[in-house]
Amino acid sequence: MAALKAASNTAPKYMSFGEGGLAAAFVALAFVAIVVAAKAYTAEYAFHAYLFAAVSVASVFVIVNRFFERSDEPIPLEIDGKPNYNFGPVKLGTLLAIFWGIAGMTAGLWIALELAYPALNFGLSYISFGRLRPLHTSAVIFAFGGNVLIATSFYVVQRTCRARLAGDLAPWFVVLGYNFFILIAGTGYLLGITQSKEYAEPEWYADLWLTIVWVVYLLVYLGTIMRRREPHIYVANWFYLAFIVTIAVLHVTNNAAIPISMFSSKSYIVWSGVQDAMVEWWYGHNAVGFFLTAGFLGLMYYFIPKRAERPVYSYRLSIIHFWGLIFLYIWAGPHHLHYTALPDWTQTLGMTFSIMLWMPSWGGMINGLMTLSGAWDKLRTDPVLRMMVLAVAFYGMATFEGPVMSIKEVNSLSHYTDWTIGHVHSGALGWVAFISFGAIYCLVPWLWNRPLYSLRLVSWHFWIATIGIVVYVTSMWVSGILQGLMWRSYTSLGFLEYSFIETVQAMHPFYVIRALGGGLFLCGALIMAFNVWRTIYPPRTELAAAASLVPAE
Amino acid sequence: MSASLWQKHGVVERNSILLLIGILIVIAIGGLVEVVPLFYLKSTIETADGMRPYTPLELAGRNIYVSEGCYLCHSQMIRALRDEVERYGHYSLAAESQYDHPFQWGSKRNGPDLARVGGKYSDAWHRDHLNDPRAVVPGSIMPAYPWLFTTDLDYSHIAEDLKVQAELGVPYTQEMIDRAMADVRTQASNNAPDATALAKRYPKAQARDFDGNPDHITQADALIAYLQMMGTLVDFKLYKDKANIR
Repeated sequence: MAALKAASNTAPKYMSFGEGGLAAAFVALAFVAIVVAAKAYTAEYAFHAYLFAAVSVASVFVIVNRFFERSDEPIPLEIDGKPNYNFGPVKLGTLLAIFWGIAGMTAGLWIALELAYPALNFGLSYISFGRLRPLHTSAVIFAFGGNVLIATSFYVVQRTCRARLAGDLAPWFVVLGYNFFILIAGTGYLLGITQSKEYAEPEWYADLWLTIVWVVYLLVYLGTIMRRREPHIYVANWFYLAFIVTIAVLHVTNNAAIPISMFSSKSYIVWSGVQDAMVEWWYGHNAVGFFLTAGFLGLMYYFIPKRAERPVYSYRLSIIHFWGLIFLYIWAGPHHLHYTALPDWTQTLGMTFSIMLWMPSWGGMINGLMTLSGAWDKLRTDPVLRMMVLAVAFYGMATFEGPVMSIKEVNSLSHYTDWTIGHVHSGALGWVAFISFGAIYCLVPWLWNRPLYSLRLVSWHFWIATIGIVVYVTSMWVSGILQGLMWRSYTSLGFLEYSFIETVQAMHPFYVIRALGGGLFLCGALIMAFNVWRTIYPPRTELAAAASLVPAE
Repeated sequence: MSASLWQKHGVVERNSILLLIGILIVIAIGGLVEVVPLFYLKSTIETADGMRPYTPLELAGRNIYVSEGCYLCHSQMIRALRDEVERYGHYSLAAESQYDHPFQWGSKRNGPDLARVGGKYSDAWHRDHLNDPRAVVPGSIMPAYPWLFTTDLDYSHIAEDLKVQAELGVPYTQEMIDRAMADVRTQASNNAPDATALAKRYPKAQARDFDGNPDHITQADALIAYLQMMGTLVDFKLYKDKANIR
C-alpha cells in the first residue's frame, strides 16, 4: 500500500496513494458536510454535519502532518526476521473500550434508577429514559464491545499470523472512524435522532459511515490473514472473520432506508410491518450471535489458551462449534416474535433452531473450559484466568437459558418482561464483559510491556462484579416472572386480577435491587480502569523497582 | 473416512477466500428461508378493510413517538393470548402495520401495550398524562414530556416524508402529497372547513385541536393525534377471523 518512491535521502518524499487518497476524500467530505450543515432542516442535523466537517479537516491535518514527520522509508514488515507488529491501533482501541465501557455502564445505572425513581428524568428531553436507553445499549454493545473486538482482533490476527497488520493508515481509520460513528450515534440519541430499530438506531448517514469503516475493517483483517507466515488460519480468526462478514450483511440489510432529503436526518426504512419486524430480529438476534458471541468466542479461543498455557482442548470440536454455531444462529430471530402477527411457520422454525443452537453453544463452552484441563490450579492463583473461565461458564448458562426462553410456552410468559433483561445481562455482563475484562488484563501488560499493577485489585474486581451480576440477574428473574404471572392472573370470577399499573408498582423493589447490582458492576469496571492506568503510568517508586524486571511477553 | 473429512477441513483453513465464501453461504441459508418467503406468500398479511396511510399530522406524531423512544417501553403488538386480548383488545393483525416504516411492535412493556389505545382516553387525559404522568396515574414510572407542549411542530418538509413513503409502496396519492402541509393545519384545528375533505382522503381522520392550545401546532398536537388513531382503523365487528387463519 505504501507505494513510496523515495530511493535516497536527497530524492523528494512522495505521498503514498493511501495518504493522498484519504486526504483528498476527507477534503471532499469536509466540503459536502459544510454544504449540508448550511442547508440542514434541523439544528440537530446541522450539528452532526459540523462534526463531520470538523473531523474531516482534522483528519486532513493529521494525515499531512504525519507525512512530513515520517521517514521516507516504508515501515518494514519485519525486523531481524521477526514481524514488526503494529500495536498502536490496538492500544488506542483498548483504552477507548475502557472509557466507553464505563460511560455505557454509567448510563445503564442511570436509566435503571430512572425506572425505580422516575423523578430522575427531570422532565428534560436529553436525559429521558427513551433517549438514554439506546445510549446505554449502544455504548456497552457497540462502543465497549466493538472497541474490544476491533482491538483484540487486530492483536490476535497479527500474533496468530505472525504478520504486521495490513495497511498503513487503514487500521487507524478503522479504530478512529468506528469511534466517530459511536460519537454520532450517541449524540444523535440524546438529540432525538433515531430510526427506532433496536440495536440499529443510528440514522442513515451514520449507517453509511459505518459501512465504509466496516469494509475497510474487513479488508485490513483479510489482508493481514493473507500475509500470514503460518500455513493454517487459527480458529480464533475464523470466528472474528465470521463476525466481521456477517455483521456487514446484517447491517446493510436491516438499515436499508431512504432519507427524505440529503439535508435531513430523517429516513424511512424500506421494509414495513411484519417483514420489517422479521428483518429487525433476524438482525437483532444475530447482533447477539455474531457481534456478542462469535466475535467474543474469537477472544476465548486466543486468550484462554494463552493465559492457561494450554492448547485448545479439541480441534475437531472447534470445527463443529464454528460451523454449527454460525449456521444455526441465523435462524433464531423469530423467537423474538412469538404469538405476534408473524406467521406461525416462521415462529416455529425460529423456535426449533433456537433449541438446536444449544448444542454448538455448549460444544464451544466445553472446548473453552476443558482447555484448562491440567491447569485448573491456575484458577486459584490467577484472577484474570478465573475471570475468563467464569465468563465461559456464564456463556454456558446464558446459552441454556436462551433456548428455554425461545420455547413458545415459556416465551408467552417471559416476553415483554424483565426476564429478557435479566437474560441479556447474564450474557452481556457475565460472558461478554468478563471475557473482555480478562482480555484487557492480558493485553495491557503485553502491549505496554509492563507487569500488571495489581493482581489483588483484579481479584477485587472479580468478586465485586460477580456479586453485581448475581444481584442483577436474580432480581430481574423475580421481577420478570412475577410481572408475567400478574399479567395473566385471573380472579375466581374470571376477571383479570391486576390492572397494569399494579404490576408496574410491584416491580419497584426489584428495580432498586437491580440498580444496586449494576452499581457494583460499574465499581468493578472503575477498579479495572484504575489498575490499567497504574499499569501504564506506574508510580515513580514502582517504576524504579520494576526497571530490573524482564518485561512480560 | 471420517479422518479424511477432518483433513479436508484443512483446505478452508489454508485459504482465506474459501473460508470467507464458506461463511457467506452458511449464514445465508437461514435468512433466505425465513425472510424471503414473507415478501411473496400472500398469507403473510391478512386482508382487512379500513387500513389507510397515516395522515400527515399522524405521521408527524409517529415520528415524534419514534424519536422519543416510546417503543422502548410500549409495545404495539397484542399477542394472540387470552389475557392480552382481554386487557388490550383484538390481537394485532399483520395488516395493521403494513404501512409502518419502520414497525413499532416493541419488545418490552415497562408500560402497557398501545396498539389499541386510540379513543380509550380523552385528549385532556393525554395532555395531563404527557405533562405529568403521575398526576393521572399514581405509581406510573413514565417520564414527563413537558417540552412537547412548548415545541412547535416543524412540518415544513412533511410532503417529502409522504413522497418517500409513496416510493416505498405506501399508497399516498399525488393529491395527498400536494396537500400535506395544509392537511396538517386542518387536522390540528377545531372546526376547520376542510375537515370533510381530509376525512375523504383519510377515512376516520379526526380533526381538532389536540393539545388545547389553538394558537400553536405543537409536537403534542401531532403525538396525541397519532395516539388517538392507534388501532382504530380496522372495524373488528366486520373482520372475519376465520377467513384469515394462517
